[in-house]
Amino acid sequence: MDTLVQQVINGLVLGSLYALIALGYTMVYGVLNLINFAHGDVLMVGALAALSAIGLLHGLWPGLPGWALLILGMAAAIPVCVSLSLVIERIAYRPLRNAPRLAPLITAIGVSLLIETLAMLVWGRNYLTFPQLLPEAPIHIGNATISVTKIVVIVLAAVIMGSLLWLVQSTRLGRAMRATAENPRVASLMGVNPDSVIAMTFAIGAGLAAVAGVMIEATYQVAHFYMGFIPGLKAFTAAVLGGIGNIAGAMVGGILLGLIEALGAGYIGQLTNGIFGSNYQDVFAFIVLCTVLILRPSGLLGERVADRA
Amino acid sequence: MSDPAASERANPPGSASGRPPSQVYAATAAVGLALIALPWLLGPFGSAWVRGLCFAALYVMLALGLNIVVGFAGLLDLGYIAFYAVGAYTYALLASPHLTEHFPALAHAFPAGLHVSIWLALPIGASLAAAFGILLGAPVLKLRGDYLAIVTLGFGEIIRIFLNNLNAPLNFTNGPSGITLIDPVRIGSVDLAHPGSVLGFRPSSLVLYYYLLVSMALLAMLVCIRLQDSRLGRAWMAIREDEVAAKAMGINVRNVKLLAFSLGATFGGVAGGLFAAFQGFVSPESFSLMESIVVLSMVVLGGLGHVPGVVLGAVMLAMLPEALRHTVVPLQEAIFGRVLIDAEVLRMLLYGLATVGIMLYRPRGLWPAPEHGVRRALARNGAPGPAVAQSGSRDG
Repeated sequence: MDTLVQQVINGLVLGSLYALIALGYTMVYGVLNLINFAHGDVLMVGALAALSAIGLLHGLWPGLPGWALLILGMAAAIPVCVSLSLVIERIAYRPLRNAPRLAPLITAIGVSLLIETLAMLVWGRNYLTFPQLLPEAPIHIGNATISVTKIVVIVLAAVIMGSLLWLVQSTRLGRAMRATAENPRVASLMGVNPDSVIAMTFAIGAGLAAVAGVMIEATYQVAHFYMGFIPGLKAFTAAVLGGIGNIAGAMVGGILLGLIEALGAGYIGQLTNGIFGSNYQDVFAFIVLCTVLILRPSGLLGERVADRA
Repeated sequence: MSDPAASERANPPGSASGRPPSQVYAATAAVGLALIALPWLLGPFGSAWVRGLCFAALYVMLALGLNIVVGFAGLLDLGYIAFYAVGAYTYALLASPHLTEHFPALAHAFPAGLHVSIWLALPIGASLAAAFGILLGAPVLKLRGDYLAIVTLGFGEIIRIFLNNLNAPLNFTNGPSGITLIDPVRIGSVDLAHPGSVLGFRPSSLVLYYYLLVSMALLAMLVCIRLQDSRLGRAWMAIREDEVAAKAMGINVRNVKLLAFSLGATFGGVAGGLFAAFQGFVSPESFSLMESIVVLSMVVLGGLGHVPGVVLGAVMLAMLPEALRHTVVPLQEAIFGRVLIDAEVLRMLLYGLATVGIMLYRPRGLWPAPEHGVRRALARNGAPGPAVAQSGSRDG
């Protein structure tokens, strides 16, 4: 029972992070039908930029409290990620918008390799430690514990996702985004500029990735140049699970995948008598991905994707 | 087939076989002589170059295999290196003391140790890789290409996770430290790792491996060229250009795609077995996602779907690290007094840049296919307004 509560908490934290990243994938996919492979790397750059900014600020004003540093770090990461993402979109994706679909995918992989290598040059090959900025003392819920950082992750993700839903459903920009996703040509006839809508979509996704990146390193207290890959892959799985292109789906898929992974990693040892351990955690996402693709390729909440398959 | 018009139809003008045969023979002989002489010419500059050539030959096989999947059939496989790993570990397990050391029952059955000949292990490894390819491809091939990319990417990582962790409770793969003491290749009575005198010569082990790997690479090339113009090859290209039209022409899209996938995997499996024998040890390190991307860059750089182009791309990118080590590193030392960017990092930077640059400015590669190719689809680039063309090409 204790394991259950603890793993549900861990799953919710993991799931919130996946959901934030998955939103970036799903929104870009919604308007462009493109898997933005470099999304995980945008996240990594944001996380490392925040780490540098926090180090710098801490050096300048040693008295700043931890929460202020965290907020400032995030404030530094967001513009970095947004501009990086806009540059990628402008240079690598826009010229290929009408090319066969293999072309932008391959470019995206090249961009991803490029960003990783550059980040390795700037921040080095080693694991960097992220300081403990929020109070360390865990809060007890029954026999399970949750740290303040993890609570912040869940709350922040919930607030962000709520505002994003509002943005997409009730604002002019959101309507333009939905129209572009539906049919870019008709949207442009209705006075929507698809280019700027697409750029905005990339920017919002990158902002979310920046937040997720900072929260990941705050939770696990390590950062390095390869940290974006696995979360990126998982988040994509989450997006597919929820129905790619569907914003609410990405949120549901993210939380669900987080829970599946945490519970799977928590119980696999018992279930298989210790043959497989929690080191197989990363395998779950893949199994989920394959199962969804076989049984319900449009995802849990997706409807429109089916006819594109 | 003595009718000249018929042979003219079979060999479109401009293709190699359309040229006068004397030129073709001369070119083949020249290339053959160059390939035979190369290790002796490069040998004096250090064995690293010959070693580099051996790896280049392995990469040529890998790139040709991936080219079947990505270039011919237009399916993006991002976990291609997993098939290489399957081939390598198959040979490693079948021809090293590892299994008999950890499984007493096997040691009983094979008191002299498990030493399967590579010529038996290669087909086993290749079929295993093909089986993995089919297993992986079957559920996702009916879906859109991007899904395939992600699933294969995940598969590549999963294989690595398993290789890393399958050392407990039963030690199959020896985990991160890998498998050592793998038997070298033996041809007849000649042990390629410790050759005595061969036909009166005393060549080094590296040179012999070079000849073996290059001949295998040439064989792979031949298979690819023959495949390309076969019924199957034409079916792949038809699918790549337009799946719906291909289906309408009576092509069984799913089976043909599966064939591409498993044939590509077979190439990977063969290359993997040779790699294990050549290196003498394998570890999960060698099969990272980065390797998959490196092989993909080779295919993209050379020319998607064009066999000579792919070979060019593979050789160029495989020899790049060696070349960088001898040019850029001393250059940096001379200018800055120390090495700012080491050759390995620079190589990755160049791979990334090359992949992006090629896709943007020369999407058909450095040495593109002459006739049919990705060109027509890409030529739509300049066509109507973005929105118009989009609605045409998006829903592929």
